[in-house]
Amino acid sequence: DLKVTYSGVAADPQLQQFIEVESQKQRFQQLVHQMTEVCWEKCMDKPGPKLDSRTETCFVNCVERFIDTSQFILNRLEQTQRSRGSFSETMSD
Amino acid sequence: MDSFGSDFSSGAGSGKMDTGSIMEQVKVQIAVANAQELLQRMTDKCFKKCIGKPGGTLDNSEQKCIAMCMDRYMDAWNTVSRAYNSRLQKERARI
Repeated sequence: DLKVTYSGVAADPQLQQFIEVESQKQRFQQLVHQMTEVCWEKCMDKPGPKLDSRTETCFVNCVERFIDTSQFILNRLEQTQRSRGSFSETMSD
Repeated sequence: MDSFGSDFSSGAGSGKMDTGSIMEQVKVQIAVANAQELLQRMTDKCFKKCIGKPGGTLDNSEQKCIAMCMDRYMDAWNTVSRAYNSRLQKERARI
């Protein structure tokens, strides 16, 4: 059966499935763009004729630590919110 | 993107677009958007690395630096993509 979306388009299930998959791919790509930019600043000295193994290791570690950081912050915010119960109020002020 | 909204709604409004061609068009537009994103970030980074003080022309050594920088940026992009992907696999396996 058809479902009408916000834009008034009657979307069939195939199209909805497609949009879900493409959105997920796009979130992945967007984060790759972002992390490449951030890690480039951290890891890249002068661009040489080849990406040497030390720089490559730096990029891999940079990605891992970036994700760790993001998860750490998320967890800590959750904990703060749970223990104080006032975090959301502070945010909305 | 501007063109995304207008193309999509005009196509749907006419009622002539089938699912297949909508998907095809969306895929092309996503690919274009990604290429533009890469181009913009690459230009920014390689300009910073290779152009010290902007001179009267883009001289030979600057051009060489930019060419090398472009290749390394692609290497970096691919390395990051692989690292992120394997991290996702690991996290999926843990759950």
